[in-house]
Amino acid sequence: MQTVINLTLGLMTLALLLCFVRLVRGPSLPDRVVALELFSVIIIGIIGVHTINTDVKPFLDVAIVVALMSFLATVGFARFLERGGQRND
Amino acid sequence: MIDILVSILLLGGASFMLVAALGIVRLPDLLTRMHASTKGATLGVMLIMAGVSFHFAEEVVVARALAIVFFVMLTAPVAAHVLGRAGYFVGVKFWEETVKDELRPNYNPLSHRLHSRLSPQGAEDVDHERREQRNEQSSPESGSSS
Repeated sequence: MQTVINLTLGLMTLALLLCFVRLVRGPSLPDRVVALELFSVIIIGIIGVHTINTDVKPFLDVAIVVALMSFLATVGFARFLERGGQRND
Repeated sequence: MIDILVSILLLGGASFMLVAALGIVRLPDLLTRMHASTKGATLGVMLIMAGVSFHFAEEVVVARALAIVFFVMLTAPVAAHVLGRAGYFVGVKFWEETVKDELRPNYNPLSHRLHSRLSPQGAEDVDHERREQRNEQSSPESGSSS
């Protein structure tokens, strides 16, 4: 079981690294926002695996809060793009 | 026995998340990147939360895991829609091999309005002029009445 957990955490760390590549290289701001959203979803998965690893159940509350914050951040970024971007209207 | 099921679920969820991250790096376009990240990551979260539920097998944990899955499934399409809409309005470049953009002939980027295909292009301007005339007619009336 421990090896499976280590392998899972390794896979998700690799996913975070690839996501960070897109966050740095992204040609426009919406690409970076997509990368940030994927970041938070992968972090929810890492929290789930960590809950199994340590047998501490309240960590799932942290996952709920992270999901809520990521949705609010994405909607806020989208509103910023639509209203305060380089449009002239 | 339950450990094997949990292991399969965790590995499946992590590999779906890895596929989503790979897609976000390799795909050429904003919309295709959103297509990869939204669906792959949502399925990954669902599988991992199923693994957590099977590992603990208590009501409280299952309820929290279901809440997480429900919330992610509820918010991921909304976030993708809002972000894709904002990206289109900002003017993100599409892939060179994009076959069709059905919004292009029906959308006026200056007035930020969408026409249906049945109404001609000039109906918008006529409607706008009519509304301006109505405002001009109504403004002296309101001034006299007050």
